Amino acid sequence: MPTLNIDGIEVEVENGSTVLQACEAAGIEIPRFCYHERLSISGNCRMCLVEMEKAPKLIASCAMPAGDGMVIHTNSDKVRRGREGVLEFTLINHPLDCPVCDQGGECDLQDQYLYYSGDDARYTEARRVVSKEDFGPLVKTMMTRCIHCTRCVRFSEEIAGVPALGGIGRGDHLEITTYMEQPFASELSGNVVDLCPVGALTNKPYAFSARPWELKSTETFDVHDAMGSSIRADARGREVMRFLPRVHEDVNEEWISDKTRQAVDGLKYNRLDTPYVRRDGTLQPASWDEAFDAIADNIKGKKMAALVGDLCDLESMYALKGLMTALGSEAIDCRQDGAKYGGKHRVGYLFNSGIAGIDEADACLLVGSNPRKEAPVLNIRLRYLSKRGPIASVGDVENLTYPVQHLGNTVKALENILAGKGDFAKALKAAKNPMIILGSGAASHKDGAYILKLAHDIADKFGMVRDGWNGFNILHHAASRVGAMDLGLVTDGGVDGILDGAASGEIDVVFNMGADEIDLGRLEKAFVIYQGSHGDAGVKYADVILPGVAYTEKPGTYVNMEGRVQMAPRVIFGPGDAREDWTILRALSERLGHVLPYDNLAELRAKMIADHPALAAVDQLPEEPWADFGVAGKASDVPITNLIGDFYQTNPIARSSKVMAECSTAYVGAKFVAEATGTNG
Amino acid sequence: MLADKDRIFTNLYGYQSYGLDAAKKRGDWDGTKQILEKGIDWIIGEMKSSGLRGRGGAGFPTGLKWSFMPKESDGRPQYLVVNADEGEPGTCKDREIMRHDPHKLIEGCLVAGFAMRACAAYIYIRGEFVHEADVLDAAIQEAYADGLIGDNACGSGYKFDVYVHRGAGAYICGEETALIESLEGKKGQPRLKPPFPANVGLYGCPSTVNNVESIAVAPTILRRGGAWFAGLGRENNTGTKLFCISGHVNNPCNVEEEMGIPLKELIEKHAGGVRGGWDNLLAIIPGGSSVHMLPKSICDAVLMDFDSLRAEGSGLGTAAVIVMDKSTDLVRAIARLSAFYAHESCGQCTPCREGTGWMSRVMQRMVTGEAEMEEIDMLLDVTKKVEGHTICALGDAAAWPIQGLFRHFRPEVEQRILNYKKSRNAA
Repeated sequence: MPTLNIDGIEVEVENGSTVLQACEAAGIEIPRFCYHERLSISGNCRMCLVEMEKAPKLIASCAMPAGDGMVIHTNSDKVRRGREGVLEFTLINHPLDCPVCDQGGECDLQDQYLYYSGDDARYTEARRVVSKEDFGPLVKTMMTRCIHCTRCVRFSEEIAGVPALGGIGRGDHLEITTYMEQPFASELSGNVVDLCPVGALTNKPYAFSARPWELKSTETFDVHDAMGSSIRADARGREVMRFLPRVHEDVNEEWISDKTRQAVDGLKYNRLDTPYVRRDGTLQPASWDEAFDAIADNIKGKKMAALVGDLCDLESMYALKGLMTALGSEAIDCRQDGAKYGGKHRVGYLFNSGIAGIDEADACLLVGSNPRKEAPVLNIRLRYLSKRGPIASVGDVENLTYPVQHLGNTVKALENILAGKGDFAKALKAAKNPMIILGSGAASHKDGAYILKLAHDIADKFGMVRDGWNGFNILHHAASRVGAMDLGLVTDGGVDGILDGAASGEIDVVFNMGADEIDLGRLEKAFVIYQGSHGDAGVKYADVILPGVAYTEKPGTYVNMEGRVQMAPRVIFGPGDAREDWTILRALSERLGHVLPYDNLAELRAKMIADHPALAAVDQLPEEPWADFGVAGKASDVPITNLIGDFYQTNPIARSSKVMAECSTAYVGAKFVAEATGTNG
Repeated sequence: MLADKDRIFTNLYGYQSYGLDAAKKRGDWDGTKQILEKGIDWIIGEMKSSGLRGRGGAGFPTGLKWSFMPKESDGRPQYLVVNADEGEPGTCKDREIMRHDPHKLIEGCLVAGFAMRACAAYIYIRGEFVHEADVLDAAIQEAYADGLIGDNACGSGYKFDVYVHRGAGAYICGEETALIESLEGKKGQPRLKPPFPANVGLYGCPSTVNNVESIAVAPTILRRGGAWFAGLGRENNTGTKLFCISGHVNNPCNVEEEMGIPLKELIEKHAGGVRGGWDNLLAIIPGGSSVHMLPKSICDAVLMDFDSLRAEGSGLGTAAVIVMDKSTDLVRAIARLSAFYAHESCGQCTPCREGTGWMSRVMQRMVTGEAEMEEIDMLLDVTKKVEGHTICALGDAAAWPIQGLFRHFRPEVEQRILNYKKSRNAA
């Protein structure tokens, strides 16, 4: 552990630290453009120069390993002059178009100019102009502003695993560009906007729509996948303008997926802002009373069931369960994709190792999973893992941005691994912390219960579960799923059973809370109450629509795939007559004469936690005891396929987003078409 | 003057064949096995005692550099990398070695590689040296065929391979870490140091990068003893050196001379003197384009070695002597060099990327006098802000010629600016 003297302060830092990190440990801020904790060190901006005694030149503190006995000066005249010089060089070819630059107000270059500016501008030559690049629908480029820190290049290579960016040209003709005008086709591309220290890469859909000082920031959580990424929602007035990642080391580090970031406009379009009741075959706006009356009239003495979608918060699901129980129905299910895991053992449906646990693993078997689409941010950690140990996959062959051994797409392949056949079984045996990840393609497979059993036995056989390590993981893609499982929203026969019942007339009334990804045609006969925030597929056969609010518009609790409980606050209020979901159910219960026993959110939560104590542990990684689950069976020939076809269109919010639609056109199926030029037909 | 018996490069002018037979007649490959048998410690000891300083420009003691390579392998192979990307303007010594005496280099690769426990040598040759690369390739094939290198090099039992890799014409690839990047197939951009190549070099393995001349002289030093080499030249600046004399001399040439020879003697004896006589001399750039130029008053007495030139604020560099007589427009000459560095800056780090272009553009205006008087001080300040703040030495190399110009010839530039203003006023 080297000890350094920094401006007279003695600090001891970990081995392998850099001088810059030592300076930070001493509480001294070092200006930087190119250095970033999570990227490799490039040392090219030269802004972090410090003086080291006995060194003839100033050193780049970001790149210099901290050594014992180093004496560092960060504030000497020499340092100041050096940094002034570097900043002047950075600025000579920078356009200084801050008034029309979206980075204005949150620009590293602006901030550092405040402290390290020299006198007047001395550069009188012509400034460099660089043409714009087309990075795709999400990242707006203004390459004249680029200061060549190469953060985006390093991100694309090291984190995203899509090495689409690079520099061409030399000297002051150096340009950061994509290869051959291809877009930056990564599910994580938006992160380069956060990384860019200047306004060269900005948020394209957000362009010119707000200034950072107009925004009110709220720390919340994401629901577009089951990661529960920590995000910050920036709102102006009654509109969420953008989402930015927050640091959560155990979950999303500081990255978010493009869907998390850019589906924000989906919160504006296609909203349900008033109740509807179907009259004479068409849905017509109604008052809350009319809607409740319609429900009350139609459910009396009928057989009921309920479906729960992917974006619901715990409170609304708890209230729905309470209402259904009060009405005498046990049929309520959340497994829209037909997953076969049961709610009995929590260990059987959690990502038990924890997302950060991937960093400790040294071999991984993916089953029916495309983590790049199901949880792109989690895929980053798998990419790191691929550099330490082997990753194999049973399922479709897809480009996950790292090498994967493909073991076939049948259940038989899993049986073979269990039998110890093949090289990968040996690798699993040899691994210290092996893990298995079951994606939604595995859990929802026809033989899902048997696959669960096989995975359970593989975990047993290869030592994936022991004290201090549980490598049995279910990778969910629905934010509500684990919470719903925790609340026991499972029924025999699953969602399919309910739909069959509705189609055959066994079930008369279906309460659909935001389930839009099912075969809705089978609901045609039943009386359907749809509660949700968006007029998505689910409203088609609805007879009564109760307008709920989206995740940013209500305080809600979510449980991510690890079983981590996260409480999100309200960011803005919902549109029109839309109401927080649990209050709708509470009001409806009163109308139906089965009053739910809570009058405010705190009471609801207290009751919910009393019923489900596990939900009290906020932001903690649970450790569940190993259990027996899955059902022995026989392998069929049905191939295991990955469930998510179009990453950009997985839920009602994303489907309502124009930006996501654009991404879908650009990246899924169709070949990318560069920005229209007027001459391209 | 260097006696013929002390000459290392006896076929510098190509009067004899470059081939193996001729090379052996000149004494190459003589007793190489015995040299290897004496062991690594002996070789490095001799190299250290010879006082050989790296011939690529920086002048780092070669024996010391070799000794930095790990003594115990951690499983990674070790490599010798030979820098034959001779791109420094004015320099053409390595070209002559590879063209006419390639076996000196190949034998040097073997002994140097052996001394640093390297399994292979990669010779990164400048892409423009098409003929030289062909010659080198042919010579390597001869050496393989004769068993001098390969699985059992010179019968010593040591396995050693030599590869030639052709560059693509970037000046920056002569910087050792940029050369390694380029050799790995990446864009030629210097790496950060530390880690130094001796720890993490080519393909992440311990490597040493040496100039062609440093490697090529090694076998002769080992044959004749470090003491012989140390006996030539001056203390701390020992041995012989190839000088490349170009510019306004009657007989531009490459010549091997003792270190520490007076600059005037070097030019008068070997290059036929300055065009129009010594008094017609204006200035000399003594070590390739990257060092400060010297006015005639200093050239009169300065000795050509590392320390003497350093004492005069210049440097020996690659010992490429660029002579400029009074017909030279010095400002234009330096502006041309500035344009060269602006063109060759790799663009990686800020001061060099932006600074070289800025300096070049100001220098272009200085040529015509189309600049303001205060811009001279501004330009010098810019050179100071580039110098020492960059990843590699290209920033320094771009700054020094300009500093040298203004140190010795500032009044001339000022006069030019005044003249320009006067002409504008008259018109």
